[in-house]
Amino acid sequence: MTDIFAKPELDRRTLLRRAAAVGLLATPAVGMLSACVGGGSDDSDSEQATGTKSADNPLGIDPKAGVEIVIFNGGLGTAYATDVDTPLFNKKWPDAKVTYSATEQISTVIQPRINAGNPPDMINNSGSNLMDFGAIVKAGQAADLTDLFAAPSLDIPGKTVAETLVPGAVEQGSYDGKPFAMNYSYTVFGLWYNKALFAKNNWTVPTTWAEFTALCDKIKAAGITPFGYAGANASYYMVRALLTSAGKIGTEQVLKDIDNLKEGAWQNDAIKQAAQAWGEIGNKYINKTFLGLKHTEVQLQQNQDKVAFYPCGSWLENEQAKDTPPGFEYAIAAYPSVTAADKLPAPAINAAAGEIYFAAAKGKNPAGGKEYLRTMLSKEAALGFTKLTKSLTVVAGASDGVTISPGLTSANDAVTKAGKDIFMGYLFDTWYKKLDDESRGAVNDLMFKGGDAQKFCDRMEKASQAVAKDSSVTKFTRS
Amino acid sequence: MRRGKYPFIIGFLIVPVALYCTFVVAAYIQTFQLSLSNWSGLGPIEYVGFDNFTKLWHDELFWKSIRHNLFLLILLPIVTIILALVFAFLLNVGGGHKGGTTRGVWGSKIYRVIFFFPQLLALAIVAVIFGRVFGPDKSGMLNGLFPADWKPWLFLADERYAMLCILIVLIWQAVGFYVVLFSAGMGSIPAEIYEAAALDGATRITLFFRITIPLLWNTVQVAWVYLGIAAFDAFALVNIMTVDRGGPNGASSVLSLMIYRNAFEFSQAGYASALGVVLFFLTLTFAALTLRVTRRDSVEA
Repeated sequence: MTDIFAKPELDRRTLLRRAAAVGLLATPAVGMLSACVGGGSDDSDSEQATGTKSADNPLGIDPKAGVEIVIFNGGLGTAYATDVDTPLFNKKWPDAKVTYSATEQISTVIQPRINAGNPPDMINNSGSNLMDFGAIVKAGQAADLTDLFAAPSLDIPGKTVAETLVPGAVEQGSYDGKPFAMNYSYTVFGLWYNKALFAKNNWTVPTTWAEFTALCDKIKAAGITPFGYAGANASYYMVRALLTSAGKIGTEQVLKDIDNLKEGAWQNDAIKQAAQAWGEIGNKYINKTFLGLKHTEVQLQQNQDKVAFYPCGSWLENEQAKDTPPGFEYAIAAYPSVTAADKLPAPAINAAAGEIYFAAAKGKNPAGGKEYLRTMLSKEAALGFTKLTKSLTVVAGASDGVTISPGLTSANDAVTKAGKDIFMGYLFDTWYKKLDDESRGAVNDLMFKGGDAQKFCDRMEKASQAVAKDSSVTKFTRS
Repeated sequence: MRRGKYPFIIGFLIVPVALYCTFVVAAYIQTFQLSLSNWSGLGPIEYVGFDNFTKLWHDELFWKSIRHNLFLLILLPIVTIILALVFAFLLNVGGGHKGGTTRGVWGSKIYRVIFFFPQLLALAIVAVIFGRVFGPDKSGMLNGLFPADWKPWLFLADERYAMLCILIVLIWQAVGFYVVLFSAGMGSIPAEIYEAAALDGATRITLFFRITIPLLWNTVQVAWVYLGIAAFDAFALVNIMTVDRGGPNGASSVLSLMIYRNAFEFSQAGYASALGVVLFFLTLTFAALTLRVTRRDSVEA
């Protein structure tokens, strides 16, 4: 070390210059960014495998042509594909060889293959490294799934595939009215609690806001934090809770207006009332230190019965599986009605399909890819998926009457109870990331710093209009 | 020999220069070009003139981030250098002089190793560890050490202190390296000078201010540039440690984080490039200023 600095006069200026150069290097070079989804050759159509359409083969696949599938290897695992879907597919099509592979880096593995005109036939576009699906649709790389959803279901007689699905499932994978994605897993959102703890204390699940706050008082008196969420990285769970309440007050139209960046959408009375009600919960019943905690920390506290209600989706039970003590029984409650004049009834819930599977338009065997999707949408495959992943599917009632885990049974019951009052919620959080970011900060302020509903609405309205006026942001609409 | 000189030099330079041009210069030119577009990161590029810069001028978060970077730029070098100088002095000269050599305080060899430990940890690990140190409830290390009846301090979740927490971690991580750097510098100061001063009856404090500091000035300046550049970054810590990354309410946002989020999360590559251009000029100004100051001081050494 000493030698380097023994003659500083010789090196110093060079060193400083070099240091300056390092500083310039440190400036992230966005210029390096040059992803491209647009490519792919158009001439591959002639080589695609097809067969004769018949009642038994509604998508007209070539029974002898192989199908290549790629599954995202993440929280859901891959066993459902290898142990359930593929055997089921081969039962019907014994001569069609299924080539399977799994990856954690969907975009890295698949995007170059799409651009080279050699994509797999069925792709599970998921995980943090997923491809921008809107861009794939725009580039014409995803197969139109209209015929798949119109085809008869594999094992539910007398119904088309679309008819076997929960409301909104097809819509959620549609772009400009045409379905391109099959969103397979089904997430139910609500207030999660420990059924055993509630039974022990004789607490009943509230359906009105007055019952909710009365129960919160009791829970607080018992030395337990009544309600909590993690402000540091999971405040969007709270955004969903608030907007679900708003949706129940004024129907899903309120949320559609938000998605469509309609002027005044965030100033809607439904949103103000929801923000007001939740702000009070924040003022009275939340633990202020949760602002600095991460989701796993708050979820752990719930497992230790230190937090009673936690707003989350139905993945929670599986996520916490290894930390849940015996005797802890996850259950979900619909968000209580905020006012007596709520347009949707108390059992109404927010549930959304997720986890994209699609057939590549320019692969060797798109019909085979779609047939694989049809297999996945059979009742048998859906039940297998739910058993393996502890996650519901968009196939309605596929796991009815089957006991898998308390949380899942509870979520399934909530869906049944809600009946037709299930709404898909909002999409602005994936469409406009910047607005999503603002909503997280705004909801944290509302819940941890005073519960000012008007401030929340003003701040979100301003951010929403800023996005609406920003020409550099690609806009989407829904109806 | 002379005949072969240029091919020889060019042979050495061509690969690094080509790499530098491809991955640094070209990328920079492209960043400048993109900063004039509203490119999302995918699809066609449309040029919008200086719109991004106007937008930036009116962006509150941008000004907040600049303030936070300046906060780090001023405090990080000052505090780190002062601490590192004091520690280095104690390790090398602080023990006084015996038998004609100056020595560090007792156990200085062990301290030197310990001081360097933080440098060996990956920044991401440091961030996770300090996330726990600054935990906002009783499970956090500092809150756990406070008396039981104190209300927990929110640290990173408190808008007033979030940036200070980041500064503390940056200092903790950096000090070790500069202790070693300054120790090396002190090692090159001839022992006779200390000896002579000691014979004249100089105290340790006099030694530090009258001999160590002036003779170490060059190294201090190098440290200043390095730390200044580190202050323009701070990305990893802010990204991992803070509430909602850069929050609460932008209380810990820095330019590098803004660039990253705009480019890779908000699909605003054009805007991110404009931010990159601003950061480029800020860094350049800082480096130029420091070089100017150094030139004036060169008489001293």
